[in-house]
Order: sequence, then structure tokens, then C-alpha cells
Amino acid sequence: MKILIVAETDGGRISEKTLPAIAFAQQKAPDNFTILTIGDNLQGVESLTNYGAQAVLTVNHPALAKPLAERYAPVVAHYAQQLGADAIVATTTTFSRDLLARVAGLLDAPMLSDIIALESAHGKLVAKRPIYSANLIGTFEVEGSPVVMTVRGPAWGKPEPQGAPSPVQNAEAPASIPTRSEWLSLQGGSGGRPDLTQARVVVSGGRPLKDPETFEKYIGGLADALGGAVGATRAAVDAGIAPNELQVGQTGKTVAPELYIAVAVSGSVQHLAGMKDSKVIVAINTDPEAPIFQIADYGLVADLYQVVPELTELLKNSRG
Amino acid sequence: MKVLVSVKRVPDPYAKISPNAAGTDINRDGLQMAVNPFDEIALEEAIRLKEAGHATEVVAVSIGGAECQEQLRTALAMGADRAILVQIDEPLDAPSVAKILAAVFRREQPSLMLMGKQAIDMDENQVGQMLAAMLDLPQATFASKITLENGGATVERETDNGIETIRVPLPAIITADLRLNEPRYVALTGIVRARSKPLETITPADLGVQTRARVRLTQVEAPPARKAGKRVSDVHELVRLLREEARVI
Ligand SMILES: Cc1cc2nc3c(=O)[nH]c(=O)nc-3n(C[C@@H](O)[C@H](O)[C@H](O)COP(=O)(O)OP(=O)(O)OC[C@H]3O[C@@H](n4cnc5c(N)ncnc54)[C@H](O)[C@@H]3O)c2cc1C
Ligand SMILES: Cc1cc2nc3c(=O)[nH]c(=O)nc-3n(C[C@H](O)[C@H](O)[C@H](O)COP(=O)(O)OP(=O)(O)OC[C@H]3O[C@@H](n4cnc5c(N)ncnc54)[C@H](O)[C@@H]3O)c2cc1C
Repeated sequence: MKILIVAETDGGRISEKTLPAIAFAQQKAPDNFTILTIGDNLQGVESLTNYGAQAVLTVNHPALAKPLAERYAPVVAHYAQQLGADAIVATTTTFSRDLLARVAGLLDAPMLSDIIALESAHGKLVAKRPIYSANLIGTFEVEGSPVVMTVRGPAWGKPEPQGAPSPVQNAEAPASIPTRSEWLSLQGGSGGRPDLTQARVVVSGGRPLKDPETFEKYIGGLADALGGAVGATRAAVDAGIAPNELQVGQTGKTVAPELYIAVAVSGSVQHLAGMKDSKVIVAINTDPEAPIFQIADYGLVADLYQVVPELTELLKNSRG
Repeated sequence: MKVLVSVKRVPDPYAKISPNAAGTDINRDGLQMAVNPFDEIALEEAIRLKEAGHATEVVAVSIGGAECQEQLRTALAMGADRAILVQIDEPLDAPSVAKILAAVFRREQPSLMLMGKQAIDMDENQVGQMLAAMLDLPQATFASKITLENGGATVERETDNGIETIRVPLPAIITADLRLNEPRYVALTGIVRARSKPLETITPADLGVQTRARVRLTQVEAPPARKAGKRVSDVHELVRLLREEARVI
């Protein structure tokens, strides 16, 4: 199998979210994968050269300065065809969901989203992926080549560094890039905290956190004491308590940190879909019957306003 | 301006889902079905565009068995003007759904197609983008705000990095995220009125489309369950266990 990995970029920089896709390729096609990077004046391409890729292709063009799927998709399709790729792969993120399904449409290729396992059996690829809000795992058989895939980050982990560095090759953008879609702005940012999908510790808060200040004080404070990232439930985001990009769950992000602390989170199936593969789960909730306790390794039935400050202090003190 | 909205029949988001005895599909006995919540949001947006005088007609389309008429009736009751069922009983994969929707799009020639960003059963999040590629149209996925002006749409998108704003000329495909709006409850008058609204049934062959699923679902199973944890009495015990037993801090 020949794999083309599409690196995640914001048009200017390579994102470390690319790494699980590389780990996937190291397992499935160790000597037969190429990484494609797209943007304008791209920085950080060297960070992808020590994982054993045959090459890291870099396409720089002013029309590609921002990650618009309409503009990037023909570039991916072009290089997939030129290389004769059997699989076009990226880590599952909003970037890849937007882009790779468009690539599949351009190539009339079948696609598997968010896979957690892949084997071949009697000449067909067989993949597993969560379905029905990760309540169930589906097994899918795919025929045809190429197959487009997004891979669920936590299932594939980090790639191993390899000996010889991969060559970086400048590659031409295809002659015509459609420029109908226009990028205007981006608002957001993790405010100096680690990225939610990469963090070792995630502290998430639910709707009872009242307002953005309270959320930041209690949830942000505890996260900082652990050097972790902040997450939220949909109810907290809908109520304007936490920014959209912090939503964890079926329709938000999937995280699987070493430690996930759920504070005043009821534990709906949709929320669990995004965090139940965390290594250790802690739940703090006033309701002893809250469903979150059914999957928590450690449950504390208590009022957050009392115990979160205690916990934060305790962690801070024992750190220093 | 005409707006086309796709509507998928899916299990109710709050229904309990389990595998069937053979492990080939979910257990569908007595399962409550609903309009995919993201499609409901897309439909609500289309109806609001009509109420605001931007759109003149809202057309809902569903693909599947005759039972999808139920969800199309819901769409009509919410405020769609007419509905199309593309009736097919075989399982489809996302490219097949996109091909059928592309044919409906070509037939209807809408200025805008709105649809959910993902169906909550298979959670693929593919069809809108595939459709946009097949029709060679711009796309704006995961929309949390849509403003129409000067023949284009300015769309705020929910991305992993924050809210991104892009502008696409129409016609375009826009996929709805959860915070685009809150769908209305269907009023009784709407249900009554829906009965007299047109619901056309056609087949893929009528549209000149042939489909064959290349991705096939072969097995459905429950994921490994997490083992039951323990209750702790206070934060001191919690910190001690996280340190000494779990070793994560
Ligand atoms: C009994 C059964 C068996 C199945 N077997 C298979 C199988 O073997 N292989 C397989 O790949 N899939 C199978 N599916 C699911 C398949 O039909 C998916 O619906 C299809 O692959 C699209 O994926 P999605 O719904 O997750 O699309 P997404 O890309 O998540 O959907 C995005 C949007 O596309 C639109 N859309 C999607 N489907 C429809 C529809 N039918 N009508 C109208 N609008 C629609 C909706 O607006 C939706 O919000 C099966 C489903 C059922 C119920
Ligand atoms: C299609 C669809 C997609 C969805 N996608 C997502 C998703 O991606 N992510 C997501 O999170 N949700 C999602 N949801 C919403 C989900 O169903 C729940 O509504 C939501 O997760 C509930 O959020 P919550 O736990 O903050 O709020 P609530 O359900 O209100 O729970 C609050 C909890 O806090 C506890 N509590 C109250 N006060 C205190 C206190 N002082 N101290 C400690 N505990 C306290 C309560 O006992 C309760 O358990 C989706 C829903 C649908 C229909």
C-alpha cells in the first residue's frame, strides 16, 4: 500500500496534529509513504522529516496561504494521482474532514472517517470506526483504490523517529487553483494552554459553571495547576460559558489524555463519545447518580465550588 | 432564490442503541426515528431565509426507503414547501448519497444547498464536501452563522482552532453545525398544512444515477466497556490515588 499523508497546516505552519497520521503510515506502510504539505511560505516542514517518509513534498503558492478546502483539494488530488497513492490519509480534525471528503469527491473515491483499526483481508481493506456517537464500533469493508481515510488521533498515537531524514522536495501547485472561496478571519486560540487534542491532562466543565469568568476561574485554574488543557460540554458552550472550540464530544473534539477531569459534567453519550478513551477519568459531580460516574475511575460526589479550589490549591502546593 | 435541504432519517439522538443479535446492524425493534438533528438545523436556517425574504422556495430531499416520508412530512410541517423522496432500498455509501443529491441538485437548480455537517448514525461527515466537489461548487462546512449578501454567503465556521470566517459565492453547499440556530417546534397547524404539500417520489433511475456501495458495513459491536471505578471521599484521597495508584500526576 502506498500512502499519501496530508499534513495539517493553517497555510503558514505545520501542525503537530499531523503526527497520528504519520504513526498510522509507519504501521501500515513503513517504507512507502509520502507527506504532502500545502500553504504559502510554509514554516516547520523539517519537523516532518525524521519519521521515515520517502519524501516531504511542499507546495507553496500565494493562493494557498489559508487552508480553504476548495483550493487545497485539487492539490491533494493531483499529487495522489501523480504518486499513484492507494490511500490518502490525515488525522481526523475539522481541517481534514473539510478537505479530504472534498478530495474523495474529486477522485470519486470511497472514504472512511475516523478509523481506529485497519487490516487487509482477501484483497480488501477492513476498517473499524466508531459509529452512533461511539456507542458502537462498526467494521467496514472497502473496495477500490485510492481510499481516502481520516484516522482517529488517540488510536494511533505518536510516530517513532527514524534514522535517515526524508528529503524535502518543492512541488508545483497545479496550474489552476479555484479561488471562489475567500478566507476572511479566524478568532480563537487556546490562550497559551496546550492544545486540547494533544494535552496530557484535560479538565472539562459543564453547564453549572454559570458564566465565562466562573468557568475560567474554576476550570481554567485547575487546568493550569496541572499544566493541562480546558474542555467543555456542549451545554456549557451553548450557554456562552466556554468558547466553541473547547467542545468535547460527538460533534466536538475527540480527546484521550492520560488524565481527564470532568467537573459538573453529567456524562451524556454525546459527551462520552469524545473522551471515554482517556486513560484515567475523574468525575466531580453533586449527583451520585450522574452517568459520568459509570465510566469514571475515580468519582467524587461533591460541590465543585467547594472541592475544585481545594484540589487546585493542593496540587499547586505539592508541586512547588 | 430556491434552497435545497437534505434530510436523513436516523435513530432519535436520545434513543438507546445496541447491536442486533447477528451483530450486523443495530437493533431496530421499536426504535424511535427522527430527522438527523443537523439536518433539522439546516432546514430551520432555510426556512428563516425564506421568512427573511431571501429565499422563495425551500425543497427537502431524502434518500432511502418509503419510511423516509415520515421525516419529509416533518420537514414540510416545519415549513418546507415541497419534498422529494429518492426511493432506494439498498444500503448506500457516502459517495452514492452525494451522487444522488448531485442529480437532484442539477434537476432543481437551487441557489443554495443546506445540509447537516454529519449524520448522527454513521457520523461520517462526508456527504456535503463530496457533493460540492462533484458539482464543482464552493463549500462552507460546519457553519455557525450564515449571512447572505451580494450574491454570496459569509459563513462563520466552527473549526478546531476557533471560529473561521469565509466567503463563498452562490450557488454553494453549506453544512450546518449545532450552533447555527435552534430549530422550532413543529406547530399543529404546520402538521395539518403539511398533509396538502407536495411529496414526490422518484428513483435513482429517474435521475439517471446508478450507485454501488464500495464501503460496506459488515459488523456492529459494542466497544470494550470501561471497568467500574471507585468513589473517593475527598480531594486528599483523590490526589493520593492519582499519584500512587494511577500515576498520572
Ligand atoms: C441499514 C443500514 C445499512 C447501512 N449500510 C451501510 C454500508 O454498508 N456502507 C456504508 O457506507 N454505509 C451504510 N449505511 C449508512 C449509509 O447509508 C450512510 O448514510 C452514508 O454512507 C452516508 O454517511 P452519513 O450518513 O454518515 O453521512 P454524513 O456525511 O455524515 O452526512 C452529511 C449529510 O448528508 C446528508 N445525507 C446523508 N445521507 C442522506 C440520506 N440518505 N438522505 C438525505 N440526506 C442524506 C444529510 O443532510 C447529512 O446531514 C447504512 C445505513 C443503514 C441504515
Ligand atoms: C446531536 C447532538 C450532538 C451533541 N453533541 C455533543 C457534544 O459533542 N458534546 C457534548 O458535551 N454534548 C453534546 N450534546 C449534548 C448532550 O446531549 C448533553 O446535553 C450535554 O453534554 C450536557 O452537558 P452538561 O453535562 O454540561 O450539562 P447537564 O446535563 O446540565 O449536567 C450538569 C451536571 O453538573 C452537575 N452539577 C450541578 N451543579 C454542580 C456543582 N455545583 N458541582 C458539581 N456538579 C454539579 C449535575 O449533577 C449534572 O450532572 C449533543 C446533543 C445532541 C442532540
